[in-house]
Amino acid sequence: MAAMTPTPAPNDGAAPAATAVAHTTAAPAAGPAVAARDGERDRQEPPARAPRRPRPRTRPRVWRGAVLALAGAYFVLPLLASFVFTVHVPGQGISFEAYTQLLSAEGFTESLLLSLGLAAATIAASLLLAVPALVAVRIGSPRLRPVVEVMCMMPLVVPPIALVTGITTVLRWGPEHLSTTPLYQTFLAVQNPDFPVVLVLAYTVLALPFVYRSLDAGLRAVDVPTLVEAARSCGASWPYVVLRVILPNLRAALAGAGFLTLALVLGEFTIASLLGFQPFAVWIVSISGAHARMSVAVSVLSLLITWLLLLLLSRAGTAPATVSPGPSRNSRTSRTSRTSGKES
Amino acid sequence: MSASTTLPHSTGTAGGSTTRRRRRGPRTWLAALPLLAFTALCFGVPLGAIAFGAVTRTDPVSGATEATGEHLARSLQGPYLGSLIGSVQLSALTALVAGVLGVLIAQAVVTSPSRALRGATLTASGVLANFGGVPLAFAFIATVGISGVVTQLADLTGLGWNLYSFTGLTVVYLYFLTPLMVLVTVPALDGLRPQWREAAQNNGATGWQFWRHVGLPVLAPSLLGGFVLLFGTAFAAHATAAALVGGSVPLVTLKIADALSGNVLTGQENVALALGLDMIVIAGLVMAVYLPLQRRSARWLR
Repeated sequence: MAAMTPTPAPNDGAAPAATAVAHTTAAPAAGPAVAARDGERDRQEPPARAPRRPRPRTRPRVWRGAVLALAGAYFVLPLLASFVFTVHVPGQGISFEAYTQLLSAEGFTESLLLSLGLAAATIAASLLLAVPALVAVRIGSPRLRPVVEVMCMMPLVVPPIALVTGITTVLRWGPEHLSTTPLYQTFLAVQNPDFPVVLVLAYTVLALPFVYRSLDAGLRAVDVPTLVEAARSCGASWPYVVLRVILPNLRAALAGAGFLTLALVLGEFTIASLLGFQPFAVWIVSISGAHARMSVAVSVLSLLITWLLLLLLSRAGTAPATVSPGPSRNSRTSRTSRTSGKES
Repeated sequence: MSASTTLPHSTGTAGGSTTRRRRRGPRTWLAALPLLAFTALCFGVPLGAIAFGAVTRTDPVSGATEATGEHLARSLQGPYLGSLIGSVQLSALTALVAGVLGVLIAQAVVTSPSRALRGATLTASGVLANFGGVPLAFAFIATVGISGVVTQLADLTGLGWNLYSFTGLTVVYLYFLTPLMVLVTVPALDGLRPQWREAAQNNGATGWQFWRHVGLPVLAPSLLGGFVLLFGTAFAAHATAAALVGGSVPLVTLKIADALSGNVLTGQENVALALGLDMIVIAGLVMAVYLPLQRRSARWLR
């Protein structure tokens, strides 16, 4: 295994920082020993000392800086290089054609809109399914909790490519066994290429673990039974309790779940391509042969857009809390009231 | 029991029995029904189809279905077995390397006094951990592919570099596995209380002894759990490899895609199902290790 790893690419530039700590490799520590055995790159050595000598104030800074610099280089380099690749045409100089031609590229708008539509439907479906179930488990049916948890986490065990083999098998039942029944029409409608519902169903399954985790964490942070009890004592109806009391407290969790689902759907390739649909990720691959520069440009853009969305959503989730200077109890009420104000 | 009823705060999360009794319990479970029905239909049925298809054969003429172990046997032979082994090797190697790197980065972030750095790293990790798939493959092609920017600048081809290989795939996988490990590890490292280290030091322990007898044993379940999670993620990854190497590296996901799209031979669908079943079994084993580990680490780190 060790022979496989002379990874030259991203770390070459960082050699000087690494040599400074190379002499610390001698003493074995459990984790770092693994690293050293692996013949991996210099990046691993700095922290080898980290765990052992964290006390002195000046020395940790060296390895910390080295680790972060190397990591930063590895993670930024492909992005920078991709950008250079898209704007620099060898022999012709700088040109932004790859970006400007994007909008007029065949299939770009259609595939992007399809992906966004699928994402919206998936987010709606997964939240509509998961929120009531999780809230119910919290306030009324704790015995159902393990069942719901297992149901939501199961998709993690099944790789998308395995799921798609099952889906194609099921979809073949339509023409093979059900062509005389009304169900056949459902099978066709579900595979309508304009808006393949089957993808929404599959994506919802894939998104459930993330949605579950996000919502579960959000619900854990709030004392739902007490909130519900208080609201009910004040005479609030059940819909009011859910819409005005519980959901506003879950805003950050809902936003997080929505974001993860969005990212998942926008980047999903396996299921869509094997079922023969062409959302965004599949489109990028389909043009990569003829328009290499453009496919990279789209990849860069998709990362930037994802990043932006994450920032916006994380801000949306936390902004009210940071605006109000008071303690957290106050911020929670202010958040609640603000949201309900918006809704009414 | 009656005493705990007066303390909803303390019992609210641990045991819901008191709340269940007081709330209108009988009907809340209805709200969970759509979710359960949906997963049973959209997840359970395909899963059942995989399991059923993997162990049966349907005669195309007569339509008779009979049980057979042939597909499973074939999925564990020849090139299919090779692809399973290739996938396991790649996943194990990338998970190991990314695990170590992720821990180092997480430790660097956790010990740093800068909150801005911490926030930026966590945000970046959150994004990059989701940056698998096709865009990642293209970013690396543009960087260290045959005509990639860095390849040209540093003459990597002359150095024997090839992105479209096992090694190349490893480097690419690290790009989303390492941030994932950072995300998993930071909470665990946060849970390592400074008091424990102070106590160890007051008793004369060296830094190494602290890590050997306190730090690593406490962290071990979460680190192992992180490794297992990375393994599962790498094992299931298909899009990156598909966009990058096509068929030149034997991976089980690529073999399934080939069999499904009929690139090999017709009538391979059942072998694809069998391979899918193999994958589920392996991923299931991985999760069976992960979940108990996570529970164990929760005991110390909260």
